[in-house]
Amino acid sequence: MMRELSGLDLAYLILAMRWTVLLTLLALVGGSTIGLLVAAAGASRQAPLRHLARAYVGVVQGIPLLAWLFIFYFGLAILGYNLPPWVAATVGYSVYAGAFLGEIWRGALVSIPKTQWEAALSIGLNYAEQLLHVIIPQAVRVAIPPTVGFIVQLIKNTSLAAVIGFVELTREGQLTTAATFQPFAVYLIVATLYFCLCYPLTRYSRQLEGRLRVIR
Amino acid sequence: MSYKFQFRDVLAQQDAIFDGLLMTLQLTAGTISLGFVIGLLVASVLVYAKPWAKTMARVYVEVIRNTPLIVQLFLIFFGLPSLGLKLDVVTASLIALTVNLGAYTAEIVRAGFESIAKSQIEAGISLGLSGPQVFRHVVLIPALKNVYPSLTSQYVLMMLATSVVSQISAADLFHAGSIIQSRTFRDFEVYTVVAALYLALSLLMRGGFSVCYRLLFRRP
Repeated sequence: MMRELSGLDLAYLILAMRWTVLLTLLALVGGSTIGLLVAAAGASRQAPLRHLARAYVGVVQGIPLLAWLFIFYFGLAILGYNLPPWVAATVGYSVYAGAFLGEIWRGALVSIPKTQWEAALSIGLNYAEQLLHVIIPQAVRVAIPPTVGFIVQLIKNTSLAAVIGFVELTREGQLTTAATFQPFAVYLIVATLYFCLCYPLTRYSRQLEGRLRVIR
Repeated sequence: MSYKFQFRDVLAQQDAIFDGLLMTLQLTAGTISLGFVIGLLVASVLVYAKPWAKTMARVYVEVIRNTPLIVQLFLIFFGLPSLGLKLDVVTASLIALTVNLGAYTAEIVRAGFESIAKSQIEAGISLGLSGPQVFRHVVLIPALKNVYPSLTSQYVLMMLATSVVSQISAADLFHAGSIIQSRTFRDFEVYTVVAALYLALSLLMRGGFSVCYRLLFRRP
């Protein structure tokens, strides 16, 4: 049964954006947790920890996100958990975001010159204090622009959750296309909505980068 | 856990895997070559052209970089036929991937062009080099050398991203995975094997690119 594309479809597509945003936020929560561990291990003084972090990043970044989603979707089912798609998607995206955020944050930690550590030590701060009061405040400033840039990647990549049946913006577009058979108009709307989500963040990231250049 | 892993059924389908692998390699090679050319042209426009052309190039780069690849692919494969332009899956895939990679390449190469100090170009001119010579030896090659790491990691990510063409049934490695899944019902094993092949491919690409770096940018 076919029907015309109406304002109602547009409303549904706009509403579907909330699932895209929600999945991005869930992935950011999971991904930041993993990312912090990866960054800490990657910047640590213990060689085995560094190798472990590098292996994690290499394996996650060397396999398509699509494959990760299927592996978690089917893998968790094998382990006996019959989970809805959103749980598999959250786990998959957290693992994926963890590798990218971990690598960005490791880079930020490593970019702080060794003299800063030594200066902090020489005024009598212990390791935790050095990290908390001297290194991290500087590293955060370096890390924020690429982190915002990665969030844009993440928002765009949540579109792949459609393939394991998670209904977000792209999946809603597919469903609307099936009902109205107007793929060009529908996917143009979908693309525009993604652009509205991503472009402000891209601009913001670039602005932060510019500000950072002035500071240094 | 009472599940028994059975990789044998999956590995028996090596013909399908091989065909898919071949398609992924062809798509990757085609996309990288075409995307590099487009990216180079657009980057030159972004840095050196007249303002109106710059604006157009900027719009292209921003639109592509701020929308998902899979939506771009759907727009080209499902959307264009309603405007009277019907493409087969492989052509549609190649166009979508190339247009996408072109924008990312342009942005990376633009940064490379901007990393070349103006005094370098002036030095080149004062040495008596011609315009094309300055562009080639003073701007292009050093710029590409500067951005080589980001450019090549973008290419590896692009190879992985070619897997989305399976969603319009282009017969790539990932699509071979779904075919084998429907034949054997060994979903987890299938995607583990497919993932391992992608991982091997990305490691090979990284290795290949670092060998290329030494060959391309060796000082005489």
